[in-house]
This record gives sequence, structure tokens and C-alpha cells, in this order.
Amino acid sequence: MSSGAQITEATIKELKDVAQLAVELARKAGADDAEVIVRDGSELTTKVRLGEAELVQEAGSRGLGLRVLKGGRRAVTYTSDLRREALEALCAESVALAELAEVDEFALPPDPTLLAKQFPELDLYDPAVAEVDAAWAMKQAIMGEAAARKADKRVTNSEGATWARVLGATAFATSGGFVGGYRGSYASLVVEPLCDDTTDPTAPKKRNGYWWTADRFLAKLDDAEAVGLEATRRTVATLGSRKVETQECAIVFDPEVARSIVGTIFSVANGSSFWRKSSYLVGKEGEQVASKLVTIVDDPLIPRAPGSRPFDGDGLATRKNSVIENGVLSPVLCDVYSARKLGRESTGSAGRGIGGNPGPTTSNLIMSAGSATHDEVIRSTPRGLYVTSLMGFGFNAITGDFSRGAQGFWIEGGELTFPVSEVTIAANFDEILKRIDLVGNDVEMRSSTVAPTFRVSHMMLAGTSR
Amino acid sequence: MTTQLPKTLRAPFSAGGASAIDAQLANRLLGHALGAGGDYADIYFEFRVSADYVLEDEQVKTLGRGITLGLGVRVTKGDATGYAYTEDLAWEKMQHAARTAGQIAAGGGHAPVGINPHTEVRAPSFYAVPMPSLMQPAIDKLALLRAADKAARAYDPRIVKVEASFAESIKEMLLFTSDGRMAQDIQPMLRFGCRAVAEQDGKRQSGSGGGGGRYGMDYFAQAATDAAAHGREAARIAIAMLDAVDAPAGEMPVVLGPGDSGILLHEAVGHGLEADFNRKETSNYSGQMGKQVASPLCTVVDDGTLPSSRGAINVDDEGYTGQKNVLIENGILVGYMHDRLSAKHFKLKPTGNGRRESFRSMPMPRMTNTSLYAGKDDPSDIIKSVKRGIYAKRFSGGQVNISNGDFVFSLTESYLIEDGELTAPLKGVNLIGNGPEVLRKVDMLGNDYQLSDGIWTCGKDGQSVPVNVGTPTVRISAITVGGSQV
Repeated sequence: MSSGAQITEATIKELKDVAQLAVELARKAGADDAEVIVRDGSELTTKVRLGEAELVQEAGSRGLGLRVLKGGRRAVTYTSDLRREALEALCAESVALAELAEVDEFALPPDPTLLAKQFPELDLYDPAVAEVDAAWAMKQAIMGEAAARKADKRVTNSEGATWARVLGATAFATSGGFVGGYRGSYASLVVEPLCDDTTDPTAPKKRNGYWWTADRFLAKLDDAEAVGLEATRRTVATLGSRKVETQECAIVFDPEVARSIVGTIFSVANGSSFWRKSSYLVGKEGEQVASKLVTIVDDPLIPRAPGSRPFDGDGLATRKNSVIENGVLSPVLCDVYSARKLGRESTGSAGRGIGGNPGPTTSNLIMSAGSATHDEVIRSTPRGLYVTSLMGFGFNAITGDFSRGAQGFWIEGGELTFPVSEVTIAANFDEILKRIDLVGNDVEMRSSTVAPTFRVSHMMLAGTSR
Repeated sequence: MTTQLPKTLRAPFSAGGASAIDAQLANRLLGHALGAGGDYADIYFEFRVSADYVLEDEQVKTLGRGITLGLGVRVTKGDATGYAYTEDLAWEKMQHAARTAGQIAAGGGHAPVGINPHTEVRAPSFYAVPMPSLMQPAIDKLALLRAADKAARAYDPRIVKVEASFAESIKEMLLFTSDGRMAQDIQPMLRFGCRAVAEQDGKRQSGSGGGGGRYGMDYFAQAATDAAAHGREAARIAIAMLDAVDAPAGEMPVVLGPGDSGILLHEAVGHGLEADFNRKETSNYSGQMGKQVASPLCTVVDDGTLPSSRGAINVDDEGYTGQKNVLIENGILVGYMHDRLSAKHFKLKPTGNGRRESFRSMPMPRMTNTSLYAGKDDPSDIIKSVKRGIYAKRFSGGQVNISNGDFVFSLTESYLIEDGELTAPLKGVNLIGNGPEVLRKVDMLGNDYQLSDGIWTCGKDGQSVPVNVGTPTVRISAITVGGSQV
């Protein structure tokens, strides 16, 4: 079964043509301006469980998103039907819808002189990923799961292993004269072992865990067996997890959760949350909002990186932006609309989906490495919680109140001692960021948002009563 | 559905449509799907038209509309599934999808199974909407947004910002299975939401209100659920939260208000009783059938038949009719929620819980409307019984780890209980607990059962489906509250 999944330059050209045609049809239908995004993608997902194939899913899909502007009025529509007559109908309907909206003086296309004309070569597509067939993908999943099950006899069950790839091409065209397109690939393997935990025989539990590898390039994926072994190491380590007493203590974040904290920073440091005043950081650009140890950049121009993009969702050139520098909040990331609302220029950070307005998004969001090694961060902590996973959505962007479920390991005398679960950690986000007092040097570009291990000097941990 | 839908809202695959699918064509596709030796196949056609309207800063900012059309083909052999889909209903594309899905069985080597003649599943009608909202003029919906905006602002001068949104859709599905079932359904849905921000002395807080279900515009004709009521509710919460103080940290009694608190059930027990996890023995409820898994006060039911509720289904996405399924009766585990695969495994009848997000995904056991039934206590007695604890009224959502049963849920409106009285409002806080342990600690149950007028969406394995929840007032003797004050 060879793969017909390869995305070629011809495909990108075809998508660009469709996008430009839709722009033209929308203008003919009466739109002042039109912006069209077209996506063509395919997926292959293979899953194994207990050594047996559980799922093979394979399919391609296309979609077109249209935004029309007419006298400051907007409508956003989408369809998967790319035939000319369907597009004509969509354009007419979109213009009619826009006429029902109210005039928004900020809803204008970007100044045409700002549109990207040249695109950096970011090398985001690996033909080898497209060459993978279902049988090979399944074999990787089988190897990963088998390694996980063999590694430790306490692994008694499995939630399986999944090898998946996504290939996609995006084209974008606007009535301002922008036209661009690019392709990308992404492959991943996740292994999820399961253990029976009978540490407390009166309340037996199951403990799950996982580990993963993902990259745009096939050759950069970690070895399937190594992923399986790491998954088991992480899962077995949670056996016997228990609550600890309610107390204030140091919290060390593993890079896997540190990156979600960094993602939360972006959710309150972007133009959209700023003009909506739905961020506790509003008015704090240029001020110290985090410890001096914190520096975060958003960099869309790293070749081969997961979040890289040659142009943004408004058709502007992308660029590296500072988010926080030595604890000081930089001007927030903006798309064209939020920048206009705030009376400033876009930072080239617009993201755009098929069915919505553009808005600021991150590309590769990276918290810079500190000086300590991972082990030094733990060794220098007398007492606290090393957090490996967070649960729930307890964050209020307007007030900064933060309270989430946590799982991890208790640190005593600079050593990880026993596994902990069913506790929460809480503090105001402003305090959390200002209390970061040690940052590790272990940043790895494993995903589009990354961070090193870091420590927050103290937070409230809620667990058992004292 | 009593009214004839206009052509633009009818699926192209329905009778008389541009790509009408009849039993003969379905059989040919199923034949291709089973060509490599699968033992079961189904083909699922879906057509969805949706629209959304957003008001912000007293302006209707954006109107949106979308159309989705596609076919998903599933082939199983034993416990293995092959899945493929296409958005193009041209014959060769559908045939390709069928063959691709069928590859899962390649190399199996037994003779292809036959395809049974199709009988249409006679589905009940839990959400007959004579006039789907999509057939009504957009201008009526914009008026709703303005009404919510106006009501929220009129509630209190400290309301400084209001956002209101309305989303509506109509989904038509058509399913044929190789074991002879044919099912079709038209599923309307609407969802209204309002968010208000209050500001005082530099402090800001927000509140949300909203509701909906499988209704037409008549949903808004009732005073309790009209647009202004949702606007006022958002404003009420935002204003109440201006005085919020830091929540306590540690274990204490928690009283859950009626309605929305059903989210706790959904997370604490619901997911763990979805039979795929139990078929695979990855749930903490695996092997617990017939055992006491909750306080004897607790009877938990998943009911797809609640009229017009967000989680109601006439027929699930595998062609089984929506049902009322008792999961826990007086604390004893009596049933799981099944899809076809798990029902076969447990040698039981499917329970009408096989749902999928869209034609792009395969069905799984999913909840519909999940409720904890009423008890006998007067809700005010329940509050009075607590010396120091928390009263939880509104939630933004929750999450569970199926394997060990740990769950969290996030409170957006809650109050301290001191000496049996509600006192200070509390800042947003999480509760964390272990499903089975928490359900054993339910020690008082109100007589005031309410179904949430919720806009809940449940996510599992990347698939989102609409659900609803309901409970009476519940007292839990102890649960960990994730506040920041000792």
C-alpha cells in the first residue's frame, strides 16, 4: 500500500488558484474586500492495543474559509465544496450576511504595503512522512507498546500506542493582493501503559501514564522502543501516589507542565485579550510582571520547527517577537484587528482558521533556558512538590486567580521521595510568575510551546487536613 | 420533524437530493467495505448547516455560516476498526473510502460476510421542532443579542462590558449497516451565551449565563430562558464576584447547588462507566458491576430521551434508539453505557450511547443527559447542616483521569458556608477528588432535582459532543478545595 498522500508544489498552486478565484467571486458579489484560506490535508492514524491492531484511519479533507468585508461590516463563512458554482453561492450568501452586521471601523484589511511579498524557506515538509504507509505506522506503534509492556511486569494493561501523521497545505489570498501557500508534515507516536496499583489493598486503583515523540521530520522522531520505555518509567513511578497535607510549599514544574504555564501567559498577553480588557496584565506593558529569570520569545522563523509559519493569518510577514524579557512584559502579540483596536501595528502574529476571524496566536513560544541543570533545580529544593501533570481549567484571566489539580512527586531534602496525586496548587498568577526563583537549562524544541524546568518559591497546596 | 425543510437545509444525500443515497447504492458501498473480509461495516452520511452571531461592544461584530457534508465508512474485524471518510460524495470517492476502511481486514482470508436487507430503525421523536431556528430571519437573532446586552447593562452600572453569542445548527444523518439497520435523523441545536464584565475600584470580575438545547426560537419565549434572563444572570454573577475573597484550602464539606453541579457526576462517575474503558479494563469501575460504588442515596441515570435536552438523541450514530439507562441504583453499579463494540463484548444490547462528533470520527460510548436523582432532604436543611464549608453554584467545567478516578472541577460561583449560612463569595477555585471516594461521601441529597439549562460540551479522545447534566442539592461530607488560604 504505497502512499498517494504526497503534497506537491502543484497542490499548493491549485489551492492558491482556488483562493484567488474565491476572492474574485466575492468581489463580484459585492464585497469591498475578501480574504480566503484554503486547506488540504490528510491523516493516517494507526493504533495498537495489547499487541493487536485496534484502528487504522486514513482520509483526506479540504475546506475553504471566506471572510468578506463591506463598508466595515463582516461575515465569516466556510464550506468543503470547492466547485465554482458552490463558491459563487457562498460568496453571495456571505455578502448578504455581512450586510446584517454593524459597522466596525476597525474591521479593515491591512495596509497593502505591509503584505508579505517574499517568503522565508522554513523547510516544514518532509516527503518521508508522506511515504509512510499504514503497515509501517502500525509496526512502530506495536514496537512502542511492546517495549512499554516488556519493560516492567507491573505494567498489567495498556491504553495502547498510536502512530499518526498529518500532512497539510494552506493557501491564503486577499483582495489586497496577497497570495501565499505552504505545506507541512507532522508525525507522532504516543505510548500509554497502564498499571494496577494495589499499594492500598482496600482501594486498588489503576495508574496510567504516557510518553510521546513528535516532529515534522520522520528521522527526528525518537526511537519507538525508547518512547515505550520512557512511558513505562513515568507510569510505574506513579504507583502508590497519595495526597499530602495542605501547606504552602515550593512548586517545581517539569518541562511538560512548565510549557502549559507558558501557554497560559500568552492567553493573558495578547492583543485580543488586551482590547477586550480580559487580562489581568492590561496596562502592564513595560512593567515587571515576572521574575527577572523569565524571558519568553515567539519565533515563527525557526526552520523545521513545529510552530513555524512563513506568513501570518492576515498575510503579513512573520517575525520573532519578545513576549517577556527579563521579567518585563513586551508589547503584546497582535493581529491586524487587535492592533488597530489598541492603536498600534500588528506584530505579524495572526492565526486564522477555516471558520473564524483571525486573532493573535503563538508560533513557537519559547521560554529561555536558565543556568541550573534539571537535577540542580530539584537538589536545591528542601521541600516541595515536583509537578508532572496538571488537571482542569482553573484560571481566571481577568483576575489571574489560578487553581488546578496536580500530580507529581514530593521533594524532601532535594530528593524526589514519593508520588503525589489528588492535590491542587493555587496562587494568583501574578505571584506565580514573580516567585519563579530558579530556571533549568533543559529546553527542548519538542512541541510548539516549550519551557525548561522551573521553580516557584511558594504556592498553596491543598490536600489532606492537618 | 413536521415542517418541510427548505432545500438549502436538506442533505444532498436525502431522498430527492442531488446525491440521493438509496438502499441499493448503500449496499454496493457496504459490499466494497467488506470486500477484504471485514465482519461488519457501516456508512454514515452527515450534513450540517450552522450559523453564529456575535455581539460585542454593543455591536453585532460578526456573522458566520458554514456547511459540512461527508461520509464516514467503518469496517470492523474482531476488535479492530478501519475508518475512512470523504467530503466528496462522487461515487469513486465514496468507493475509495469504503475500500480504504476495508483494508483493516486484509489478509484475514475468510469469505466476505453477507449484507442483510435494510430495515429502517423506527426512532422516537424527542425533539420535534416544527420550525428550526435556521429558517427564521437572522434579524430576530440579532434582536436577542441586543436584548441580552441591554439587560446585562441595565442590571448594574458597574457592568462595563458585555458579549453575547447565538449559535444554531441543524444536522442530518443517514446510516446503513451491514447487519441491516438503516437510520436517519434530523437534529436541531441552538445555544445562547452571554458574558458580562463588572468593574469597581480597579477590580474586575466576569460572569456567564446561557442555555439552549434541541429547540426552535420558541425557547426564548419563556421568561426564565429568554435572552434578557441570560444577560441578567451573567451580570448577576459578575457583580456578586466583585466582593469575592480568596477561597480556603484543604478538605471540608461541600454543598453542590442543583442543576449545573451535575458536572461532578459527569466527571466523577460518568466517564468511568462508558463501556469502552471497561471493555479494556482501563477504568477504575472495571469489574465493579453489582458492587456498592456510591452512597446508597445515589441513583445515577443517563437518559437520551429527555425531550429537547442538549444531550437528547432519537437515534445514536450507530442506529440504536436513544434510551434511559440506569447506571447506579441506590449506590450499586448496575449498568454501563455501550456502543456496538462494547455491547458485543459484554453480550448485552447496545444502550444508544454510540455517538460521534462527525463523519470524520468513529463512534464511542458517550454520555447523553446524565443525572443524579433527587433525595428527600430540604435543600435549606442541607446548607444549615454545614458548620464550615463551601456552597458551589456555577462551574466552568471539569476533567477526569479515567484510570485512577481522580477528577477536578472548576467553580466560577461559590460561597463560604459559616454556621449554616452562605456568607462571602469566593474567587474561582478547583475542587479535586476521587470519583468513587467522593460518591461514597454523598451524605445528604435534596428533593430539588434540576436539569441544567446547560451548554455543556463533552470532550473525549478529541471528539466533542453536546451533553447535559442534572442533580438536586448534594452534600459531600469532605472534598479537597483548592483555594489559597489555610
